[in-house]
Amino acid sequence: MAHADSLAHDDHHDHKPHGIGRWLFATNHKDIGTMYLVFALAMFLLGGFMAMLIRLELFKPGLQFFDPGFYNSLVTSHALVMIFGGVMPAFVGLANWMVPLQIGAPDMALPRMNNYSFWILPFAFTLLLSSFFTAGGGPAGGWTLYPPLSLQAGTSFPLTIFAIHLMGASSIMGAINVIVTILNMRAPGMTLLRLPLFCWTWLITAYLLIAVMPVLAGAVTMLLTDHYFGTSFFNPAGGGDPVMFQHIFWFFGHPEVYILILPAFGIVSEIIPTFSRKPLFGYDAMVYATASIAFLSFIVWAHHMFTVGMPLAGQMFFMMSTMLIAVPTGVKVFNWTTTMWRGSLSFEPPMLFALAFLFLFSIGGFSGLMLAIAPADYQYQDTYFVVAHFHYVLVPGAVFAIMAGVYYWLPKWTGRMYSMALAKWHFWLSTISVNVLFFPQHFLGLAGMPRRIPDYSVQFTDWNMVSSIGGFAFGVSQLLFVAAIIHGVWYGKPATAKVWDAGVHGLEWTLPSPAPYHSFEEAPEIH
Amino acid sequence: MADDDLPGVNAEAPGAKRHAHRPLVLRLALFTLGSFAFGFALVPLYSVLCQVWDTGNRWYGTQTAVASVIERPDPDRLVTVEFIANVPGAGDWEFRPHVTTMAVHPGKLYETTFYARNLTGLAVVAQAVPSIAPASIARYFRKTECFCFRPQPFAIGEGRDMAIRFIIDRDLPADFDRVTLAYSFFDLPQATTAAR
Repeated sequence: MAHADSLAHDDHHDHKPHGIGRWLFATNHKDIGTMYLVFALAMFLLGGFMAMLIRLELFKPGLQFFDPGFYNSLVTSHALVMIFGGVMPAFVGLANWMVPLQIGAPDMALPRMNNYSFWILPFAFTLLLSSFFTAGGGPAGGWTLYPPLSLQAGTSFPLTIFAIHLMGASSIMGAINVIVTILNMRAPGMTLLRLPLFCWTWLITAYLLIAVMPVLAGAVTMLLTDHYFGTSFFNPAGGGDPVMFQHIFWFFGHPEVYILILPAFGIVSEIIPTFSRKPLFGYDAMVYATASIAFLSFIVWAHHMFTVGMPLAGQMFFMMSTMLIAVPTGVKVFNWTTTMWRGSLSFEPPMLFALAFLFLFSIGGFSGLMLAIAPADYQYQDTYFVVAHFHYVLVPGAVFAIMAGVYYWLPKWTGRMYSMALAKWHFWLSTISVNVLFFPQHFLGLAGMPRRIPDYSVQFTDWNMVSSIGGFAFGVSQLLFVAAIIHGVWYGKPATAKVWDAGVHGLEWTLPSPAPYHSFEEAPEIH
Repeated sequence: MADDDLPGVNAEAPGAKRHAHRPLVLRLALFTLGSFAFGFALVPLYSVLCQVWDTGNRWYGTQTAVASVIERPDPDRLVTVEFIANVPGAGDWEFRPHVTTMAVHPGKLYETTFYARNLTGLAVVAQAVPSIAPASIARYFRKTECFCFRPQPFAIGEGRDMAIRFIIDRDLPADFDRVTLAYSFFDLPQATTAAR
């Protein structure tokens, strides 16, 4: 097995362990990062396949292909797979690859734990997805697992709960690893305010993770004991309250949405300066804005549940604090835009994705502001407007940023430059189709189409057809992403060390491409 | 995990490498445990905050009789009262309201019944636990008599009607025209054992 301590001292050869053991017993941050990214891509395709089935059913009103129970399982699993299997592992994979390279560390601080936290994930998702083959089918109560509905599930209930426990354990271990690495292993001279923004956003994300993933674990544990051990946390007949679950869940859930977007902010903050050939505008402000967003994320959770019946003062508080988030987010958008101001721009695939992120994420932010207005939210609650909002921030938001990051760093990982033409085709098809897919859902939601329903009134047909066509186009476009990666990994032309530009900033570009298996065994000096 | 091999902490002294991460890892692990505990602490915190902010208590006075009421019916106003019967958990009971809705005038005393039949195959003592929705108006729903006030012994297969007399306060805020009274019927294992 690849013993990490053998490389710390005298062994400077670029030797890699061979065979399956290299991956099963991996402790090298690059190998683990690769596994995370491949796993995330697989889950992205699987969750995307579920989304295709959802859009297929919604192409026409009436029940076409699936019974409502299976449809609900698709919706629930699509969310869990995309959030916990797609976006979060992709970010952890990027952190594994890039954090040590960006801070000049030889590896992650806790390589063995790094191995555990990855290998838990395939088991977690086997558990979750195996529930599709049990009595009663997959989890169908929505990814938010609201009781009493979630308690009425069949065998999928305990499987889902245990899968969530495992996913939580995995991301907590990953988060602790990132924090320890960044705080303890920075190269001499790299003070916190010289830290690349990707590391900064990940550091803050990691603190959010260890603050709220255990709360989710607690909430689902309470569901479990309510179901099997006669407790009444959420059962009114025994003195509990189902609304309390929503409070606890969203106390986790709102920081979770920033867990899904802060690393994306970090990636975009790396890419825009590179392709503008200017340093990032307002670095300190970016750090403080990220920290402010993280703080605010803890005091806004009840805007997900304005309609449960809370006192006016509560609605006012959660409405105002939610709108306050627009301020630090606005600072970020302003700084990215200003970074490009009078820059010497070029539009390679990472920059294209970063620009699409900037524009389309802002649309998602604006619909978020609309949803933050409590009286208006009474109209939008549980409609397709909400679906359109969070897909705008998650797909052309988080997912586009991940793709931007992959296109940005892939040549550094593999030493080969992928096909620009393929990547640009992927970009344009994705960007056009993602808007065809999600923009009409705003109209559907404002017109009153409820979410999580396999059937709908006929007046919603046209925009649903448009949305489905966009969905299929977006789904097919992602095969180009896979093609671009495969081509880039095995067949691309050799890439230079600096890859993008002679002036590119950051320690990762001081290494050759591909980055050697063992890098920064002697810490670089930062001046 | 603290015994993990730590490849090269960029510390000055090479000997300091191996356990250099341990204090921080321990602190972060404690932080994580604290977060887990905080999730459970939200349960009592939630009850306290609901009381402080008076978001309504659905058990407010619902399990005690009011000593006396003065009937002053408001003939111009009608409120719909819905009755719901639940048998949660393992209890094997037939339990249902005699009528599912009543239109009532605030300030007037009404009576209705719930029917319960013991299907457990044993002589059992049971009790109904009330819940009123919306919770914020529970205080306007007064009962002079209710089967929920005391444990109800049932012989094997016994079924009977059980009465409730209630009055809705005239002060019920004007924007409420519907109130739901739900009963959940529980076996009382301890009382059952004592009765035998």
